[in-house]
Amino acid sequence: MSIDWNAYSSDGFYDELVAAPERGHAALAGLMADLEALGPDELVARQAAADVSIKEMGITFTVYSEEGGTIDRTWPFDIIPRMIPQAEWERVDAGLRQRVAALNLFIDDLYHEQRIIKDGVFPAEVLEKSVNFRPQCVGVDPPLGIWAHICGSDLVRDSDGTIYVLEDNLRVPSGVSYMLENRLVTKRVLPELFEHYAPLPVDDYPSQLFDTLAALSPRPADYPAVAVLTPGIYNSAYFEHSYLAQQMGCELVEGRDLFVDTDDCVYMRTVDGLARVDVIYRRIDDLFLDPEAFLPDSALGVPGIMRAWKAGNVALANAPGAGVADDKVVYAFVPDIIRYYLDADPIIPNVPTYRCMDPEALAYTLANMEEMVVKPANESGGYGMLVGPASTKAERDAFALLIKKDPRNYIAQPALRLSTVPTIIGSRLEPRHVDLRPFILSSDRQQVTMGGLTRVAMRKGSLVVNSSQGGGSKDTWIVPDPVSADD
Amino acid sequence: MLSRVAENIYWMARYIERAENTARIVTVNANLLLDLPKGIAPGWRPLVDITGANTLFEEHYKDYGERQVVRFLIGDERNHGSILSALVAARENCRTIRDFVPREAWELLNEIYLFAREDLAKGVTKGGRHAYLKRVIQGAQNLTGMLSGTMLHDQGYDFVHLGRFLERADMTTRIIDVRSANLLPEDTPDLRPFETIQWVSVLKSMTAYQAYRRSEQVRVLRGPVLRFLFQNDAFPRSVHHCFESLRTSLSKLPRNESALRVAGRLKRNLEGTEPRRLNQQQLHAFIDDLQVGIGELHVEIARTWFPPPLESQTQSQTSD
Repeated sequence: MSIDWNAYSSDGFYDELVAAPERGHAALAGLMADLEALGPDELVARQAAADVSIKEMGITFTVYSEEGGTIDRTWPFDIIPRMIPQAEWERVDAGLRQRVAALNLFIDDLYHEQRIIKDGVFPAEVLEKSVNFRPQCVGVDPPLGIWAHICGSDLVRDSDGTIYVLEDNLRVPSGVSYMLENRLVTKRVLPELFEHYAPLPVDDYPSQLFDTLAALSPRPADYPAVAVLTPGIYNSAYFEHSYLAQQMGCELVEGRDLFVDTDDCVYMRTVDGLARVDVIYRRIDDLFLDPEAFLPDSALGVPGIMRAWKAGNVALANAPGAGVADDKVVYAFVPDIIRYYLDADPIIPNVPTYRCMDPEALAYTLANMEEMVVKPANESGGYGMLVGPASTKAERDAFALLIKKDPRNYIAQPALRLSTVPTIIGSRLEPRHVDLRPFILSSDRQQVTMGGLTRVAMRKGSLVVNSSQGGGSKDTWIVPDPVSADD
Repeated sequence: MLSRVAENIYWMARYIERAENTARIVTVNANLLLDLPKGIAPGWRPLVDITGANTLFEEHYKDYGERQVVRFLIGDERNHGSILSALVAARENCRTIRDFVPREAWELLNEIYLFAREDLAKGVTKGGRHAYLKRVIQGAQNLTGMLSGTMLHDQGYDFVHLGRFLERADMTTRIIDVRSANLLPEDTPDLRPFETIQWVSVLKSMTAYQAYRRSEQVRVLRGPVLRFLFQNDAFPRSVHHCFESLRTSLSKLPRNESALRVAGRLKRNLEGTEPRRLNQQQLHAFIDDLQVGIGELHVEIARTWFPPPLESQTQSQTSD
């Protein structure tokens, strides 16, 4: 048996690989031919080798089991890479820089003069109802004026090939460790393809992250004391927290390892005594960060850490309150935000978004639920949303009640026809829907990952790519454009 | 090194040691009972006395029968000193410090734990007990060897030592305390041969029999056995050896003054006493003293190097 691309049907969806001839990129057409040459048996064998590697490397994520305990699951991974030509990526890269720069200006403005509200571009009532706006942060000047140092934006491609931003994650976006590990696994199992197509490297992310964090240090030093703050071993992203700390060569701390002294500086409790900490990459949500400032019974946080941050004695990344800009209602305003602060048109478009707070949009949403995806403003991980085309009448009716009860909390978007990538299912290649999460780092300079984490919905027809909902992932290859040959 | 990491390493080592020692005392008791005449056999209660968990035991079991005691010590998770509980706790401590212990050591600990849980039903039967306990002891010994052979011998390893030798010193004194008492009525010349059996069993529970014969070259008698188990510095389970190892590790750590002070006092107390000259009651008081000292040393280690206990942290939060 061999791979027959004629039998591979992406059903009218845009397939990232099979659409290659139209896109005229040699690498994409080349990869199709190479996969065909390897043949299904060999691909299945390589996939099995990848699964073994992942187990051996201990790449896991934690899921909550029904019995109330937690289990480490190995990370589901498909070896067929998702390719993006470099020229196309460069435009996306520029669009992401533009977007995050504008978002950082927006957050800083919201916590200071709120010019954007006074100028009538952003409605005050959206801010009033935002659950991620932190009054505790008003007037604070974080180092370099940056609030969202690490941003993970989700990109999707519709059936006409257009890439959209689906959402921005400005609180504690995760997934970057899997992007790095996927690359290692691919190098092991598809060395010949890797060598041939020479995808641009992603491996410098940990040092870029360290540089990003180090630039925020209140004390000038070559190697400021940077720590990764984790909620602990039972958090679903604990693997990533420990991985990044290890890769950056800094301490992985829990709240009880830290201590704020009367000098408003943060210290780690070490065997050698107290050691000052300059920068904290915190992977704990705002509300759990400091029981003095937020939830008083949080045992995960560090009492007084907000005091230390406001005094400028420690940098927190991302800054508390940065989440105000990843609210899904705020999302709808991002194109306006970009125009307002940067006086430029957005390079990457938003998915058309209906804000249910607007009566017309609400009516439209309720009338067209079958073709729409309706999301609550502040949930992540694919929880609490309605995917219209995959829903039953009863589900839609129940959801309509929820929306009517609290329209401010919902947005609706047309159900996108997400692009597909060939994926090994059994012993054949079948199209599966994907998205892409690149990571954007901002401090003294901006850096964007080369590609990002491609997440794939492993179930046929499914559009839900979240790992907590049975999604998998792929390596993402940004392939150099061919040097024009003289033939 | 973070204080929390040091604490987790310390407890991991203590719990591994505890699982091993518990397996040892159960094994040896079983052998001892087979050798003693029915009328004077002390039964299984002394094992619970060794662990000091009598109140808990009596809450859940009607009598100190073999089946009950063995289940309590091997697989009852309500008993924090049971083999299974100790392995669960060792594993939980190890989970958060996987960056500090070699991967193989984590896998081995996992294996021992899974075995202890899955084979528990066999382990509590008369027929399956011996093999089960042997595997737990060997597993713990493997782990000790693996850590010694592959883990970085830095501060983290000092805390492995502190945990292991503190737990071992504690257990050795407990075993001597219980096993030297209550066994035979005093001054009963016709029971002499059985007294030998009693002391042989004490030695065997610490794999000390061969070492004793080689090192003391006298037959097994109360006086020399006590001297050997308390004061021989070459035998790795003797109290003296444990104290020396604790001092060596303590002396490598920063800010060690008060911990060394407690350890020094313990050592002087041990060296300044001749256990063979103590009668049963005096011996018991002497061991009590040592155990109080061991407890103080733990408190001092925790106070110096570990994070403050969670309760006091939350208290200070609410009082603010």
